Amino acid sequence: MSEKKSGIIGYGVQIPLRRIKVEEIARVWGKDGEHVSEGLNVKEKAVAAQDEDSCTLAVEAARKGIKDFGIDPKRIGAVYVGSESHPYAVNPTASIVGEALGTTNEYFAVDLEFACKAGTAGMQICMAHVLSDMIDVGLAIGADTAQGRPNDALEFTAGSGAAAIFIGGDKKEVIAEIDQTCSFTTDTPDFWRRPRAEFPEHTGRFTGKPAYFKHVLGAAKLLLKKTGMEGKDFDWAVFHQPNGKFPIKAAETLGIPFEKIKQGLLTPFIGNTYSGATPIGLCSILDVAKPGDKILAVSYGSGAGADAFAITVTKNIETRRAAVPVLKQIERKEYVDYAVYLKHRGKIKSL
Amino acid sequence: MTVSAPMNWRRIPERYRLKGSYCETCGKAFFPGRVVCPNCRRKGKLKEQDMPRAGKIFSYTKVHVGPTGFSHETPYFIALIELENKAKVLSQIIDSEEEKIQVGAKVELAFRKVGKDDKYGAINYAYKFKVIE
Repeated sequence: MSEKKSGIIGYGVQIPLRRIKVEEIARVWGKDGEHVSEGLNVKEKAVAAQDEDSCTLAVEAARKGIKDFGIDPKRIGAVYVGSESHPYAVNPTASIVGEALGTTNEYFAVDLEFACKAGTAGMQICMAHVLSDMIDVGLAIGADTAQGRPNDALEFTAGSGAAAIFIGGDKKEVIAEIDQTCSFTTDTPDFWRRPRAEFPEHTGRFTGKPAYFKHVLGAAKLLLKKTGMEGKDFDWAVFHQPNGKFPIKAAETLGIPFEKIKQGLLTPFIGNTYSGATPIGLCSILDVAKPGDKILAVSYGSGAGADAFAITVTKNIETRRAAVPVLKQIERKEYVDYAVYLKHRGKIKSL
Repeated sequence: MTVSAPMNWRRIPERYRLKGSYCETCGKAFFPGRVVCPNCRRKGKLKEQDMPRAGKIFSYTKVHVGPTGFSHETPYFIALIELENKAKVLSQIIDSEEEKIQVGAKVELAFRKVGKDDKYGAINYAYKFKVIE
């Protein structure tokens, strides 16, 4: 990588207010809720309201970042929104986000999709723009209102949420330098959704070893080789979290203790926010990280690929923090039962 | 009733960013924006301006029978909101506990879909407000 550095200059997270407990979903389908919840290590998931979608979550996350970190939206030269639940099949989310934020009209914009890793792919593209002096500030968003067919295994975990990460190169602003990034990609169809299909299909246990673990560990090991670091050298780590168990196992394999991933392990409380999952976990870590801390972040997207980042927190973090930490935001919630959940998620077909 | 695409498009700055106007002569802010100041008339000088994103509830009501496109959201609250620059906005109140929706309650801007989605139509995004603690 070039000598020039790029890094995170601000961030914002939006988690919907509503939650449904895994046990409530299990109750409706005659399953043992406690067993399902324990098996997945997921207690509840965030539910987007009927007037929320990936675009509204993306806008609200980005607005928080702009406000909390004093970023002039006119400086934004690129908007990349990663999601597998873009509101339109054709018509970009990115341009709606730009308009809502009040950017100029001179910015690169495109919607990205790579299952759950499109948000981190946006970060890599923004990094490249900044490092090549094409833009001043880039905005990468991971946002999803994840779908799961009723009574499918995915329904217990598919959550909603968004994180907006602002990437820049000004040393006075950078709160976390991105030292290195790499991706590990293969053709491994473990999860997909065909055009016009309402819900995704998946391959059950096949999504584990040959898919999630091969790619997450593949990208992480590639990153460790490039940086000359070991797992134990990191103070914090966040991994993609389709459930609450996979990331713990990935961390163990890399020699990273649970204490270092706990801060960014949010799926047990908000479900799998797909493209938002790794970026939201990273933001939660930035809420508490200290200058000099090293962070390992590895996303995963079915299909399949993983993006890995080695990040160093700078001194600027002492004066540049989010107004409301992610964990505090998650505390504010309103439980809904399965019927209200169906209404909000548009699953009542006669309406 | 379907609103035409150009009509929706013209209102995007107003709906997405609360773009209104203010009079440089008397300093009064207006939302939606005006082209003539009702106070200063021909002496007025109106400029476009994004409105503040916070304010307080001036008056409110609970809607039990919603109009077309909103019937699935009932019951819900709408409120007349006095923004920090005294301009007033009529808006739906979301994600707020009922007992906290009171005259004088502080609110902040949110970005949401408005009305029921037409499966094949364009999605309408706009401002809504929520009570802040």
